[in-house]
Amino acid sequence: MSEASKQSTKVSSSHPDYEKIANSTEFRELIRRKKRFIITSTVFFVLYYFALPVFTGYFDFLNTKVIGAMNGAYLFALSQFFMAWILAIVYVRHAGKLDLIIDKIIRKHGRKRK
Amino acid sequence: MNTAFVLFALIVLLTLAITWWASKRTQTTTDFYAAGRSITGWQNGIAIAGDYMSAASFLGIAGLIALNGYDGFLYSVGWLVAYLVVLIIVAEPLRNTGKYTLADMLALRLNEKPVRSAAALSTMAISTFYMIAQLVGAGGIIKLLLGLDYEWSIVIIGVLMILYVVFGGMLATTWVQIVKAVLLMTGTILLSLMVLSQFGFSIVEMFNQVSVKLGQDFLEPGKLYDNPLDNISLGLALLAGTAGLPHILIRFYTVPNAKEARTSVVWAMFIIGSFYIMTTFLGFGAALLVGPEAVAAEDKAGNMAAPLLAQALGGDFFLAFIAAVAFATILAVVAGLVISAAGAFAHDFYSNVLRGGKASEEEQVKVARWASVGVGIVSIVLALLSKDQNVAFLVALAFAVAASANLPVILFTLFWKRFNTAGAVTGILTGLISSVVLVLISPNLMEPEQAIFPLKNPAILSVPLGFLGAVLGTLFSREQASAKRHTELFVRSNTGLGAE
Repeated sequence: MSEASKQSTKVSSSHPDYEKIANSTEFRELIRRKKRFIITSTVFFVLYYFALPVFTGYFDFLNTKVIGAMNGAYLFALSQFFMAWILAIVYVRHAGKLDLIIDKIIRKHGRKRK
Repeated sequence: MNTAFVLFALIVLLTLAITWWASKRTQTTTDFYAAGRSITGWQNGIAIAGDYMSAASFLGIAGLIALNGYDGFLYSVGWLVAYLVVLIIVAEPLRNTGKYTLADMLALRLNEKPVRSAAALSTMAISTFYMIAQLVGAGGIIKLLLGLDYEWSIVIIGVLMILYVVFGGMLATTWVQIVKAVLLMTGTILLSLMVLSQFGFSIVEMFNQVSVKLGQDFLEPGKLYDNPLDNISLGLALLAGTAGLPHILIRFYTVPNAKEARTSVVWAMFIIGSFYIMTTFLGFGAALLVGPEAVAAEDKAGNMAAPLLAQALGGDFFLAFIAAVAFATILAVVAGLVISAAGAFAHDFYSNVLRGGKASEEEQVKVARWASVGVGIVSIVLALLSKDQNVAFLVALAFAVAASANLPVILFTLFWKRFNTAGAVTGILTGLISSVVLVLISPNLMEPEQAIFPLKNPAILSVPLGFLGAVLGTLFSREQASAKRHTELFVRSNTGLGAE
C-alpha cells in the first residue's frame, strides 16, 4: 500500500481502459440499477424525514395520545429510527447483488489494485 | 471525588497505552492518516459511532429533553437519519476514489491546486468550529465535575489529544474512539436500565408519569422552537451536514475497500440509533427523577442532566463513572477532529499544493505530525479565548458549513458531468461564506428581536446557496470539463477499479 502512496495522485500508468468499461453493457446495467435505487430511496427517506418537522410544526394532530401518554409525535419520531435501520438493511442487500456485477466487470476489465 | 480521579486516570492510562502501541505501527502516510487501511468494517463502525457521539449528543440531548421535553428528541432523529445520506450516497464512492481526504476525490477530475486549497479551507473551518465547541463544553463539564479550573481542563484535554494524534496517528485515534464508544454505550445502557427500573420496566408508565408530573405538553412539540422553519432548517443542516463532516469522511479511508465502508456505516447506524433512542430515558428520566429546575440550577443549558441522573440513581461512584465517560467522549472526538484538520493542511495544502506532490514519505509524515501540533495548539488557544461563548452556535456553524460547502460539491463531483473546477471553488466558498455570515447576523449572536436573519440555523438558505454557487460557477466559466477524467472518476467511484 505504501508503494501506491509514493506515487503522485495521478492513477498509475497501467490503469484500465475506463472509456471501454463505461460503455460496456455490464457497467450500464450497474449504473441503471444503482440510480434507480438511489433516487427512489433518497426521495422516500427525505420525504419521510421532513414530514416529522412539518407535521409537528404546522399541525397538531400528532399530539393525540396513542398508548397511555405516548402520543403520535413521539411514535412518529421513533419510527424514523426503524425507517433508517430497515432502509439500511434493504440497501445492503441491494448493494450485495450489485457487488456481483462489479466483480464481473473487474474480472473482465482489469485487476483491482490493492 | 477521589473515585472520579481514579477513573479518569485509568481512562487516560488506557488511551496512552493504546497510543504507545499504535506509535510503533505508524510510519508511512497511509499509517498516519488511514491506520494503514487495516481497520475492519465493524471496528470502523464502532469508531464512527465513537467519533460521532460527541459531548453534544451525550450531555446535550439528555439536557435538552430534560428541560424542553419532546423537542430535544428531534436532534436525535436528525443525527441518525443523516447516516442514510452517508450510507447510500457518499461512503462507497468516497472510499473508491480517495486516499486520505475529501479533496482527493475532487482532485481526480478537477484541477488539483484550486480545489485542494478550497476543500482544505472548508475542512479546517468545520473542524475548528466543531473542536472549539467540544473544548469549551469540556472545560465547563470538567470544572463542574472535578472542580478543576476551566483553563486547566482545556490544557489537559488539549495536550492529551495532541499526544494521541502525533504519536499514534489514525490507529491510536481509532482505538481511542472504539474504547470510548464501548464505555459510552455501557454507561448509557446502565443508566437507561436504572431509569426504567423505577417505572417497573414499562416505557408507557414512564411516559404516563411525565404526563402527570410535568404536564402532557412536555411530550408535545413546540417548547424549544416556536418557529417551525427553525426546526426544518436544523433538520436540513443535520441531514446534509453529516455527510460533509470531514472527521466522519476520513474514517472511510481506514478500511480496505468500499464493501467494508458500507458495513461500517451500517454498524455505526445501529449503535448510534440505539444510543439516540436511549436519550429518551436519560432525558425524561432526568426530568422525572432529578427535576428540570434542579438540572437547570446546575447548568443553564442542561448539560449536567445525565451526570445528575447518574448521581440520583447510583450515587457518587456512578456519577464518577459517567463523568469519566463524558471525558473519554470529548477526548475521542477532539482527536478525530485534529487528525482531519491536520490532514487537510498537511496532505492537501502542504504536500500537494505547496510542494506539488513531490514531498517524500518521511517528510509528509513529519509535516502531518507538526500540523497536528499546530492545529491542537491553535484550538486550545481559541477555546481559552471562547470561554464564555455559547457552544450551540459553533456546532450549528460546523454542521451548516459542512452541509452548504461540502455536500453540494461532493454530489456534483460524483453525478454532474459538466461540473468543473470553477464550480467547485465557487460552491465551496459560497457555502462557507453564506453559512458563516448568516450565523453572524442570526439570533445566535444578535438580540432575537434585532437579528437580521431570524433563524438559528442557516441551512435552509445556505445549502441552496451552496448548490447555486456551484452551478453558476460551472456555467459561467469557460473551462471545459474533462470528459475523460469524468469517465475515469465515474467508473472508479462505482466499481472501485484503481482504488488504493
